[in-house]
Amino acid sequence: MKPHVHFREIEGRSPGYYALLGLLGLLVGAGLVSALYMEIEGHWVTGMNNRIVWGTPHVFAVFLIVAASGALNVASIASVFGRLQYKPLAPLSGLLAIALLVGGLAVLVLDLGRPDRLIVAMTHYNFKSIFAWNIFLYTGFMAIVAAYLWTMMDRMGRPYSKPVGLLAFVWRLILTTGTGSIFGWLVARQAYDAAIMAPMFIVFSFAYGLAIFLLVLLAAYGWTGRPLGEGLLRRLKNLLGIFVAASLYFVTVYHLTNLYAAEHTGVERFILLEGGIYTALFWLGQVVAGYLLPMAIVFSPLGRSRGWIATAAGLVVLGGLAQMYVTIIGGQAYPLILFPGKEVSSSFFDGVVADYAPSLPEVLLGVGGIAIALLAVAVAVRVLRFLPEDLRDELVEAQAAAGGGDGSGTAGGERSGGAAPEAAAAPGSAG
Amino acid sequence: MSGTDASRRRFLAGTAAAAAGLAVAPGVLLMPLAQARRAGEPASSDVRWGLLVDTTRCSDGCDACVRACKEENGWEGVGRPKTDAQWIRKVKVRDPRTGHTQSLPLMCQHCKHPPCVDVCPTGASMKRADGIVLVDKHICIGCRYCMMACPYSARSFVHEDVRDQREHAPRGKGTVESCTLCVHRVDAGRVPACVEACAAEGGGALVFGDLKDPSSEISRRLAAHGAEEIRADLGLDTGVRYYGI
Amino acid sequence: MRGVMAKTGRVLALLALVALGAMARPVAAEVPKPKLPPAKGEKCVEPTEVMRRKHMDYLLHQRDDTLRRGIRGGKYSLRECLECHVTAQAGQPLPTYGSPDHFCSACHQYAAVQIDCFSCHRDRPEQPAAGQARAPASGDGLTGPAIPVRTLKVLGPAEEKR
Ligand code: HEC
Ligand code: HEC
Ligand code: HEC
Repeated sequence: MKPHVHFREIEGRSPGYYALLGLLGLLVGAGLVSALYMEIEGHWVTGMNNRIVWGTPHVFAVFLIVAASGALNVASIASVFGRLQYKPLAPLSGLLAIALLVGGLAVLVLDLGRPDRLIVAMTHYNFKSIFAWNIFLYTGFMAIVAAYLWTMMDRMGRPYSKPVGLLAFVWRLILTTGTGSIFGWLVARQAYDAAIMAPMFIVFSFAYGLAIFLLVLLAAYGWTGRPLGEGLLRRLKNLLGIFVAASLYFVTVYHLTNLYAAEHTGVERFILLEGGIYTALFWLGQVVAGYLLPMAIVFSPLGRSRGWIATAAGLVVLGGLAQMYVTIIGGQAYPLILFPGKEVSSSFFDGVVADYAPSLPEVLLGVGGIAIALLAVAVAVRVLRFLPEDLRDELVEAQAAAGGGDGSGTAGGERSGGAAPEAAAAPGSAG
Repeated sequence: MSGTDASRRRFLAGTAAAAAGLAVAPGVLLMPLAQARRAGEPASSDVRWGLLVDTTRCSDGCDACVRACKEENGWEGVGRPKTDAQWIRKVKVRDPRTGHTQSLPLMCQHCKHPPCVDVCPTGASMKRADGIVLVDKHICIGCRYCMMACPYSARSFVHEDVRDQREHAPRGKGTVESCTLCVHRVDAGRVPACVEACAAEGGGALVFGDLKDPSSEISRRLAAHGAEEIRADLGLDTGVRYYGI
Repeated sequence: MRGVMAKTGRVLALLALVALGAMARPVAAEVPKPKLPPAKGEKCVEPTEVMRRKHMDYLLHQRDDTLRRGIRGGKYSLRECLECHVTAQAGQPLPTYGSPDHFCSACHQYAAVQIDCFSCHRDRPEQPAAGQARAPASGDGLTGPAIPVRTLKVLGPAEEKR
């Protein structure tokens, strides 16, 4: 019998699994309670004000949405770019993409001034608004990725896997372009008015999505004790290093371009030198923790250890949150230029750097969004066959060599029963 | 209803006649030029309402326009300056090279190409046919993207419950708001509260009128002396223009 | 803490919506008849029977006409409703929305209908301040010191001399 990569639900009966569910459930609950509190009291209880109108919830929401599109990369690499070694990871990649998007959108919606009018947002559209397009891009993304999962997991869908995968890939590029453009098209704001925002967000998404994917993969295989090949991990962590390097490159180009244009030197000086917390977060959070340390880890011998790979991925996530904070909140804190070359002052804080301090409910809501995503993943891998039972390199390579797709024995293929004995046989035949 | 309307018009004509020749402030005369739109008639695109601010007549210590707007539209805050709404504010502008300072009122600029309207996902941010930019608070979901897009920070988000609103200026928690150019007054044939207050108590620095009517005072003033837009580089074609900046 | 319960309910409904993707909307098959405070005037803007059933449609239609198109003076103005329907009762202050004495909430509480209109709209007519005409600055009232001008004319130097 040919070696097979088998998909199987995780057992999910250990106390650890229930503890994980409990913890995530608690965080989701705290997030919902915070949202309720903010709606009842009004947003004055948060850190936001009339100058910083998008606060910490947006930092988390945009991060999650950007990471969602990036999480799909692993699947795209397999189906669009034909790297079959990644194929067994594709279902988890699609699942994570949907879950992260749902988490991000939940945060976004719960932070609205009138979340009770969500129905209005679904019945009234202004087609000139990127936000309105994004509503379609997000719902479309979920539908397409769900269809893509079906093509991967059900024998009936398998013939469509390639075109649907391609569609999902193109869609995710448009989606991140849309997310980046939310900022890039704001001509009024010095920090945002730049076409490079959209491609830069795409590169960020590669890094953030893969970092979260790696963390989830390591946790899932570590905690269930399923074998995970070193070769596979090595490829993934190298890829992460490349994405992080590309992010650093884009950030450098973005700032250099801004420095060159006299109009933008003020905001550059603010972010890079004089912005206090934003400057610190930029250099220490985004650059050192988000780019330099992870690259140092994955490209050095440290990168051979799973613990260090997880550390690098975790740092990329933290760096990503720092990047969003600097972009979203730092970009708003810098005053609008009303009269170039003049000093302005008013009762509405014109001409001064706006203050903002995250409040507990905002942070809880943001963390709640992450918890929603992880909870969805934890439950999904328990009830559906997203995770390969065994990801040892020999097996993955053998399957890739055998043409990957058709012999992949994806979840649906085994559904007719007998999954367990076959799965048990598989490692044996591989060894 | 038509009876009320006729009497309203008679009333308007009467006050207008009484007001003719009445100097509200030195050099400012109230001219009876228009009447309320008839009941049932929509705002028309034959008109574009605009406001001219003569900054040479606006003094630093004066906030008559701001007080009048607060009173008219009921946005007196709760003493939390960072989250309280401000539909209009006085801005002090200083040239660091010369030390020259100016003061001027800043509010929604009622752009012809308003960025807030472009970005609004639901279409709550809207421009009326006569050029007045409004928030349709009935479909505003409080996403605040318009506030991100506005180059003038002209909009405020209502951060808490509001009570005892003015009858003609509903406002409430969780929605975005800004200067309406006193649309309820304009529709009744009257000038915005700030303009009235500036003429009565301030320096008479505000001129309100129809930018499309070449014989209106605002158009004639603009033709004679010109005026600037704030952030004219953005090409928004604002309805509020500033003379002397 | 007026309305906190109502708001909690609203937000809970929202959370349910996020979770379930569906919103439960109270459906009143039969319009009930609680005790309503007396109204000013002879009759309503439409026959009473019609008003009971269709007031929401009139209001929702008119609000878009007024706000988006600038049509004023229509007969289904929310302000006008309150002018007639929210009146002082023997020495008591005007009722606010949420109290059983308020015309709109009397019925809505009975029928378990939730509306958010009065989170923005004033829920009762403005009281005239002592010795002052009502609503001095309001456009529609036109009882205050009106300056009915389209344009404030600023005199040129030549005119000023005259
Ligand atoms: C978020 C605030 C807000 C809420 C909630 C709200 N409105 Fe309004 N409404 C406004 C504003 C602002 C205006 C414009 C007033 C003007 O220009 O005169 C308005 C105008 C109106 C008008 C036209 C003016 C008048 O008095 O006739 C009607 C009718 C109206 N609203 C009905 C409603 C109804 C019915 C509801 C509840 C379903 C509602 N509104 C909820 C803010 C609100
Ligand atoms: C001119 C004063 C006036 C105005 C304006 C007015 N109403 Fe009325 N309304 C009345 C009177 C008087 C009655 C009672 C008629 C009766 O008892 O048969 C009434 C009855 C009603 C009823 C039925 C109450 C019942 O007995 O079941 C409703 C509902 C109602 N009005 C709603 C409205 C709404 C909504 C508006 C605004 C669009 C409005 N009214 C404007 C005077 C007014
Ligand atoms: C005679 C009882 C009665 C009175 C008085 C009354 N309402 Fe209603 N109203 C209802 C009922 C019943 C409904 C629910 C109808 C439905 O859902 O089909 C309703 C629904 C509404 C709605 C639509 C709610 C929604 O979400 O669809 C609005 C708006 C409204 N009423 C406004 C008012 C205002 C404003 C007043 C006071 C001027 C008022 N009503 C007075 C009985 C009443």
